[in-house]
Amino acid sequence: MFGAGGGTSSYEELRETADLIVLWGSNAREAHPIFFHHLLKAVHRGAKLYVVDPRRTSSAQWADLWLGLDVGTDIPLSNAIAREVIHSGYVNEEFVARATTGYEAYRESVEPWTLEEAERVTGVPAAAIKELAHAWGAAKFPQLCWTLGITEHHNAVDNVFALINLALLVGGVGRNGAGLQPLRGQNNVQGGGDMGAIPNKLPGFQDVEDAELRAKFEAAWNVPLPPKHGLHLSGMFEAIEHGDLSALYVIGENPAQSEADQTRALKLLTSLDCLIVQDIFRTKTAELADVVLPASASWAEAEGTVTSSERRVQRVRKALDPPGEARDDIEIVYELGRHLGVDLGSPRAEEVWDELRSLSPMHAGMSYERLEQLGGIQWPCWDEQHPGEPFLHGRLWEDVVEDPAPFMVVEHSPPVDELDADFPLRLTTGRRLESFNTGVQTGGFSSPLHRGGEALRVSPEDGARYGLRDGGRALITSRRGVVEAPVAFDRMLRPGLAFMNLHFPDVVETNVLTIDATDPKSGTAEFKATAIRVEAIA
Amino acid sequence: MTQATLLAAPKRMVELTVDGQTVRVLDGSTILDACRQLGNEQPTLCYGDTLTPVNVCRVCVVELEGSRTLVPSCSRKAEEGMVVHTDSERVRLSRRLVLELLGSSVDLSTAPAALEYIEQYDADPSRFGPDAATVAQPVKIDNDLYVRDYSKCILCYKCVSACGEDHQNTFAIAVAGRGFDAHISTELDVELPESACVYCGNCIAVCPTGALMSKAEYDKRVAGTWDPAGETVVSTVCPYCGVGCNLELHVQENEIVTVTSPHDHDVTEGNLCIKGRFGYRFVQNRSA
Repeated sequence: MFGAGGGTSSYEELRETADLIVLWGSNAREAHPIFFHHLLKAVHRGAKLYVVDPRRTSSAQWADLWLGLDVGTDIPLSNAIAREVIHSGYVNEEFVARATTGYEAYRESVEPWTLEEAERVTGVPAAAIKELAHAWGAAKFPQLCWTLGITEHHNAVDNVFALINLALLVGGVGRNGAGLQPLRGQNNVQGGGDMGAIPNKLPGFQDVEDAELRAKFEAAWNVPLPPKHGLHLSGMFEAIEHGDLSALYVIGENPAQSEADQTRALKLLTSLDCLIVQDIFRTKTAELADVVLPASASWAEAEGTVTSSERRVQRVRKALDPPGEARDDIEIVYELGRHLGVDLGSPRAEEVWDELRSLSPMHAGMSYERLEQLGGIQWPCWDEQHPGEPFLHGRLWEDVVEDPAPFMVVEHSPPVDELDADFPLRLTTGRRLESFNTGVQTGGFSSPLHRGGEALRVSPEDGARYGLRDGGRALITSRRGVVEAPVAFDRMLRPGLAFMNLHFPDVVETNVLTIDATDPKSGTAEFKATAIRVEAIA
Repeated sequence: MTQATLLAAPKRMVELTVDGQTVRVLDGSTILDACRQLGNEQPTLCYGDTLTPVNVCRVCVVELEGSRTLVPSCSRKAEEGMVVHTDSERVRLSRRLVLELLGSSVDLSTAPAALEYIEQYDADPSRFGPDAATVAQPVKIDNDLYVRDYSKCILCYKCVSACGEDHQNTFAIAVAGRGFDAHISTELDVELPESACVYCGNCIAVCPTGALMSKAEYDKRVAGTWDPAGETVVSTVCPYCGVGCNLELHVQENEIVTVTSPHDHDVTEGNLCIKGRFGYRFVQNRSA
């Protein structure tokens, strides 16, 4: 919606200026602990905190109000908040008129979402929705932060639009202190996107289908580039299924365990003619590979940069020699190029970066020297005098707004994996404080917090209802598969909601259960909403 | 993308005299800040650059003209016209006695700053005799991430502040008991794995005496392979979530032995989570 994809504001604004923080589908206390330090400083300073999450998480326990919505009802909740903001006269009329488009259609689209209707659909009491709406409307410096609770749905992009709409209503973006922060789950997921590791963009969010931009890269690289966008991960799996894709080069990813509907993922990965895996470990995916390229750990065994959630580009540096035959990723790529008949030379990380700076205007001013001096720079940074931008979209507040931000009408679309008599429980997934994704890295240290991590967590009420025992074991069945897991009762969960994580796939293969219904725009699977039933094992 | 930025009102300056030298500091600065601005370092133990002062250790006390008692320089705000003496006989005597009391009761063998001060102030911790009371007790080893050796604890409260409202807000530890029996304790004195501890290690990061120490360092010290002199420190970024915490990797013989974060890094202020501080080992679990 805003062009380049990145958080619009800085941690400092949240810490020092925000007067209202809404964490929506984010358990930052565990998934982004040091971000949560900034948030708590704001809370101690007097900022209000609202947490929207199906679970009463450790983040929600710090909130002034927790809105425990049913999984997949974010759009009804958001639309109802919008309606209440509108009806209560909180809309920033001048901002909406000057800096946005599509308000009338949006206003009409949220009109059916009365507080009562939203309570019926979301499970959140009308009074709570009203309270958040009024806090949102009255805030001077609102910050809206989200994570995978918003994006791991079949309608991920619509969910994000729903939140952006709320910010546009009150002018909550584009000025110091107010903004939108999608908290990034990995140390360089932002940087990967910035560098063009997404199907439709060249580095610096330059559209691959724009002939002029493409020509710039073709001239620099001296090769013709495909004029059409490529495939995202889910699209690649579909292409394998349809026989359109037969070779896969996987770098630093473990799809054999991280993909939703694991049984299908394994079937497709093993049907390839050629699977190449470049990783620092012999992962489950690497075990399926025809060729494994042992890599160095980018944060400790190589030079380079990563980009954080607040768009800050920072240097990573080599502290260790990699073991055995493991090599730097850059070296692997140029060696591979040589074998394919392309001489890329033997560039160092800084030379690769300098080439990037020559092609991506938003990185142009970020020399290694300046990154060092300034402790990182937040993009865009147009030249070597530019300090970088702590927040984005200030243009929306200029006298003449050249490129107004559109309201997007979004409709409720419940989770694909429906609940019924056979599958009556909603299973959602998430991260634990001490663990990370499929546990490839965090399995490497011994922590008391790992204890019980692989358990199916249910509310005590559901435990009693389904005859489970706290500390016992259960069979968990979805429409795609069955797994066995220990059971833990958890008061953070409301009846009807169960929770598992993906961290211990060698013990409990949660992704055997999950559904690969994916968002057509982002390609993200609906890890957050699986229909299951549970049975106690004696 | 231009945007007017609101600037805070300019702060007033205050002028004071330290050891005969005039110094101007921003209103709100401490006497310690003023000393440092003059390059006049004061001993500190409980003071932390990222922590709210609790002024309990009393080694930073200075003489303030017009004040009946010595004042802690780490927390006493500088005021216009103050006249401060940091090296008077009264100050030296007080600091010496504090260091002697600490040194006689606590094992300071892994507290280089305290040992340096003892020498600097000519303190003699042995003067209370061999029967002086100590806090000696067995090392608490109840998990694989860090150990607690309260024989080395000077009760500076820094771990409590870091675990509490200053940073982590977990409140897993507090001071229990009174007088000489005062000690750092988990709730009901349970072992760490039974406590609220989340193993961020932000307490280790501020501990000035080595009472809190990573298990990795502890094991190496026991084995005699701890080699701080041969250590290199490399700055990088944490490999886990997207917050962008800066790490300092302390490397001895191509092995990461400790991970810290710089105190002056505005994302972390020296703090990390369990993954950042202890989650590094996977790079070293790979066979060649």
